[in-house]
Amino acid sequence: MKRLAALLPLIVIALHAHAEGTLTVVNFGGANSTAQKKAYYEPFEKSAGVKILPVEYNGEQAKVKAMVETGKVTWDVVEAESADLDRGCDEGLYEQLDWSRIGPKSDFLPAAVHACGIGIFVWSTVLAYDASRLKDPPKSWADFWDVKRFPGKRALRKNARFNLEFALMADGVKPAEVYKVLATKDGVERAFRKLAELRPHLQWWEAGAQPPQFLVAGDVVMASAYNGRIDAAQREGRNLAIAWAGGIYDLDYWAIPKGTPNRDLATRYIAFAVGPDRQAEFARLISYGPTAHKALTKLDAKTLALLPSAPANVKDALKFDFRFWSDHGEAMEKRFNAWVTQ
Amino acid sequence: MEAVADTMADVRVALRRDARHRTATALILVLPLALFLLLTFLVPIGALLWRAVDNPEIARAVPRTVAALARWDAASPPPDQAYAAFVADLQALREQTDAGMLARRLNTEVGGARSLVMNAWRAQPLPAAVDAAAVRAQLIALDPRWEEPWIWQAIAKNGARLTPDYLLASVDLKRAADGSIVTMEADRSAFRRILARTFGIAAIVTAIALVLAYPLAWWLSTMAPRRANVLLIVVLVPFWTSILVRVAAWIVLLQSGGLVNQALRGIGLIDQPLALLFNRTGVVIAMVHILLPFMVLPLYSVMKSIPRDYVRAAVSLGSHPLAAFLRVYVPQTYAGVAAGSLLVFILAIGYYVTPALLGGPEDQMLSYSVAQYANVHLDWGMACALGSVLLAATLVLYAIYRRLARMEPALA
Repeated sequence: MKRLAALLPLIVIALHAHAEGTLTVVNFGGANSTAQKKAYYEPFEKSAGVKILPVEYNGEQAKVKAMVETGKVTWDVVEAESADLDRGCDEGLYEQLDWSRIGPKSDFLPAAVHACGIGIFVWSTVLAYDASRLKDPPKSWADFWDVKRFPGKRALRKNARFNLEFALMADGVKPAEVYKVLATKDGVERAFRKLAELRPHLQWWEAGAQPPQFLVAGDVVMASAYNGRIDAAQREGRNLAIAWAGGIYDLDYWAIPKGTPNRDLATRYIAFAVGPDRQAEFARLISYGPTAHKALTKLDAKTLALLPSAPANVKDALKFDFRFWSDHGEAMEKRFNAWVTQ
Repeated sequence: MEAVADTMADVRVALRRDARHRTATALILVLPLALFLLLTFLVPIGALLWRAVDNPEIARAVPRTVAALARWDAASPPPDQAYAAFVADLQALREQTDAGMLARRLNTEVGGARSLVMNAWRAQPLPAAVDAAAVRAQLIALDPRWEEPWIWQAIAKNGARLTPDYLLASVDLKRAADGSIVTMEADRSAFRRILARTFGIAAIVTAIALVLAYPLAWWLSTMAPRRANVLLIVVLVPFWTSILVRVAAWIVLLQSGGLVNQALRGIGLIDQPLALLFNRTGVVIAMVHILLPFMVLPLYSVMKSIPRDYVRAAVSLGSHPLAAFLRVYVPQTYAGVAAGSLLVFILAIGYYVTPALLGGPEDQMLSYSVAQYANVHLDWGMACALGSVLLAATLVLYAIYRRLARMEPALA
């Protein structure tokens, strides 16, 4: 018994050391998580000798807020969408990123550089469909809204983000004009009206893994989806296809929640994982575009052609305007919610 | 005689001491539970109610502006002093987080306030100005939106430490700029409808549960105790299973290629699969299943204590058996009916997981909105206000029950 008591401090120290050697990295789950594991977590575990604990979420910032407010921060690195990062940075949810330890900012896309985070990949929300069911492929959001030519249900993400833009494009607004129209009162009305038009034909999704499942099961004929999830389904042999025109692309970022005890390790992890080799490897595993210029030079033409940032894919696409959503997102989402729960 | 009186006094003292001891022991015994309840139940509810009216951000961040706007009529152009006070307030905000909290709070009032405030904060310190009018010109040069009244109205309206806004919004009301209370625009309001739906679903679930549970409980109460116990366990097994497991099982059963549809198609009752999932039907079926034990148990315990003799006496006095059942037996079970219905109804209005997983957006209840505001919009004031509405509804129901119980002693 006495010996055990003597050992106790050692055990506590050992446990503590173990806790220090673990880094909790939060991602968006599914195929994205699998690719991150192979491209980032495993190599970092090997090189730094620490354990990475992956956690999946759907982007809810409430968990980060709750942790920061109560001072019990157990997440060390969080993948966040641009509008959430920007808001979180202003509101003190995320630490300022120590860029001196990451590398020169000019090595990355300008959009990847943020005071509180670094863009890790370019992704796009696109129109996806099952190519074996639709012989005459849809090409635009106007086709998505055309229930006569393409009868059947459609799936959209259950929020206002992206859907209002899609609705305006379906209503004939050019991608370059979308945010100009959406900034007006009439534009918002127009978007909601157009969305309401499609409502009887809609099935909502919340997790990124759902749209390919719906498409494969035949529940819906078309869906908005993250391009990487469609890519993952294609790799599994599913005959899903993407219409790139009118897709909305954006970056996902890594940020460090304020007050994590592992800030130093988290910064080391980020510096390691945004290196060109790691980013190139990630892009080979899932078709999300690297943000490091040098990573692009490491990819072959076939991989490059699948990325949202490929010239052919980006031609008629829309860049997500996080400033608009950071300002108006709350009002839009609340209105959307009032509408969708009617 | 005196000795006896002395002894009596001693005994009395001893008795009193003993009683005190017992009270103390009892207090010590319940203390852990009392503390537990205080910490895990009363304090959180207090915090919830507090957050529903708490409005610290603006009063804390821009006190000078609030003071400068105190006399403003909210219609004419804001006074120059307000501009000067606002810039002074912004310069006093050292941390980005402080400005961020202000921007966030104002943005929940009016979209666009976030960038307006953050840009103004980043532009500080502005070059020293001669007077308030010059400061006003500086701000407007920074962003012409500073000339518009809405941002100032939002600041003036929220200058007080406490706000009724969250609670008003949770019943689709709002304060206009002039302070009068008006109904929310039709496309923004949802909560009255959702509240009505919450009560509607809870009422349907309660009614179905009662219809299903009443004969079952009656049948159980007529059985020999040993057999009744075995069957009660069957009733209770779902009660002990995780709610998520049961909901997942319902998804498997109810989906378009699921067991229920296959069976119905197999026996030729339907050609097309019935839509049982992601609509009201699925939600009601699963909720009835989950809540049924809460109806069966109170009914059973009441029925168990009703002697058979009354019904027999009524029949032997010439009553029709059905009339005897309805007029003699059923009234004696009212207490169980009331307790079971109240229990099921109150549990049902707080349901979240089941409608979230089995219902469509049109079937979500008030708890869904609470989760939405807490998790997605990060508007905890609003989430707490909606929670308070739910709490108030429950308390009102309970009060009604108590009132009924007083009028009808059988219910008590």
